[in-house]
Amino acid sequence: MINMFPSLKKGIGKTASLTSPRPRWGERIIEKLILFNGILAIAVLLGVFFILLRQGIPALIETPFYSFLFGTHWYPVSDPPTFGILPFFVATMWVTVISTVLAVPIGVGAAIFLAEVAPRKVADAVKPVVELLSGFPSVVMGFIGLVLLSPWVQNTLGLSSGLCGVTAGIMLAMMSLPIIVSVSEDALRAVPDEFRQAAYGLGSTRWEVIWHVCVPSALSGISAAIMLGIGRAIGETMTVLMVAGGALALPGLPTDPMMPMTAAIASGIGNAVQGGPQYHALFAIGLILFILTLFVNLIAARILDRQRRKFAAG
Amino acid sequence: MKASNAKRRYLTQRVAISVLAVSLALVVIPVIGIIIYMIANGYSSLSWEFLTASPSQAGKAGGILPAILGTVYLMLGTILFALPIGVMAGIYLSEYTRANWLTRLINMAIVNLAGVPSIVFGLFGLAVFVLGLNLGMSLLAASLTLAAQALAMTITTSREAIMAVPKEYREGSLAIGVSRWQTIRHVVLPQAAPGILTGAILAMSRAAGETAPIIVVGAAFLVGGLPGSPFDRFMALPYHLYTVSAHIPGMPSEIKWGVALVLIAMVLLFNILAGIVRIKTRKR
Repeated sequence: MINMFPSLKKGIGKTASLTSPRPRWGERIIEKLILFNGILAIAVLLGVFFILLRQGIPALIETPFYSFLFGTHWYPVSDPPTFGILPFFVATMWVTVISTVLAVPIGVGAAIFLAEVAPRKVADAVKPVVELLSGFPSVVMGFIGLVLLSPWVQNTLGLSSGLCGVTAGIMLAMMSLPIIVSVSEDALRAVPDEFRQAAYGLGSTRWEVIWHVCVPSALSGISAAIMLGIGRAIGETMTVLMVAGGALALPGLPTDPMMPMTAAIASGIGNAVQGGPQYHALFAIGLILFILTLFVNLIAARILDRQRRKFAAG
Repeated sequence: MKASNAKRRYLTQRVAISVLAVSLALVVIPVIGIIIYMIANGYSSLSWEFLTASPSQAGKAGGILPAILGTVYLMLGTILFALPIGVMAGIYLSEYTRANWLTRLINMAIVNLAGVPSIVFGLFGLAVFVLGLNLGMSLLAASLTLAAQALAMTITTSREAIMAVPKEYREGSLAIGVSRWQTIRHVVLPQAAPGILTGAILAMSRAAGETAPIIVVGAAFLVGGLPGSPFDRFMALPYHLYTVSAHIPGMPSEIKWGVALVLIAMVLLFNILAGIVRIKTRKR
């Protein structure tokens, strides 16, 4: 058989462009550029990691890793300086735990209502409001926490200052709600309708269908949503910088003023001498944050991927 | 006995669904409440002078024009870098490669890039753009930093928009002998443009509200005059809000609410704009 389209045949199965009779140099250049930009995301992520390593490792050599992580004193300007980040780490844990405890039941409950109970029209009307919340800049949430929530927390709990872990945790909960709601809702909508029909066919009430069929089937997606919410709370900076109180001491109670890791970087970097011990120590905190959030996000991505395949196959 | 059992089951259902409804209300009502409260408090401080004058008396009087302009420049600077890269990466991922280990790695990098805390991008920007490339604390360094952060969003939205273009369009074009790049340029991209635009607008709105990175790479509270070149230090609305609300004692509360309202109005305007573009294209 005569091959009428030799150039076409050559192109099939290749990732390069279909070979045209004469090379188009302009296109070659553009296609090289496209390949370069395609892998740029990897380069940026590795770049961030590399920079944090390079600038953070000196601090971990200066201060042994153990005393850096578990030291309770952060005196960057005393002589010699002491760098112990346990207070910051514990503060991050406190605000993240408070945020998660509040946001998970509310967020998952709202998602169940949107996906399983609310009429389509109600869900369509409510969704933009939730999306609006995710668009709120974190500094605005910090401002709201500062002027509205902190006086309320102070009065309600009888504290000497409303700027504390609880206030920060509540604001973080609000900020992690949008992602928890939307990812959980997607997970619930991905549950095949046959599952629900089968349960109704057995005489279940709507709630029994939700609780015994839909939620268990969507559980992996919901747990990914929770992980993403946790990641958001760990990495959030402005809100905790403004409302968590900023105390350097090891926080014992959630009602103590505290300084999460992100806030420690933001408030310290302006005073740190470039290349000095405090500068490197702040990059080392950044490195720990980066690894922590990377870990959380990888787990979430893995869970979501597995869930997608589960229902795609079924 | 059977009847009472059924009764109990329906009672449980009632209670449970009410709890769900309450949780939805707990998500929605604070959002609406905050917006109304901000408008009610900030409305009175909005005046022509507030929007078009420079600050005076150490920020306690006058307007916030330099901060508004700084934020507009930041948005433009961010998108100038992040959009071309995002679109080209999107083209690469949807047109030039098949699902293999490399695309998996790229997608994983994008997901993780989206989760990196903003303050960490600030440290990256400080070490690479401010000190490494010696751009100094400047509008340019801040734009590049925010662009690095925005990449995850512009790549994802471009990729989705390009992948949504039906395969037949490409096949039709290739079948009449058009080259691959020409097909992308004249057939695929015009179809994907609204989706790419939506992502770009959202990325700009995100850049407008981002505060932590620009604290690290060069936002200033008060700068004499308006930003004149990309190498100048700059004011920006979110940083201004942070400083007036958390750092300056005795700041009049009208100023705080005014800055907050202008910032949220800009951010939400862009969000709504993105929503309109999305709805318009869905109808088509």
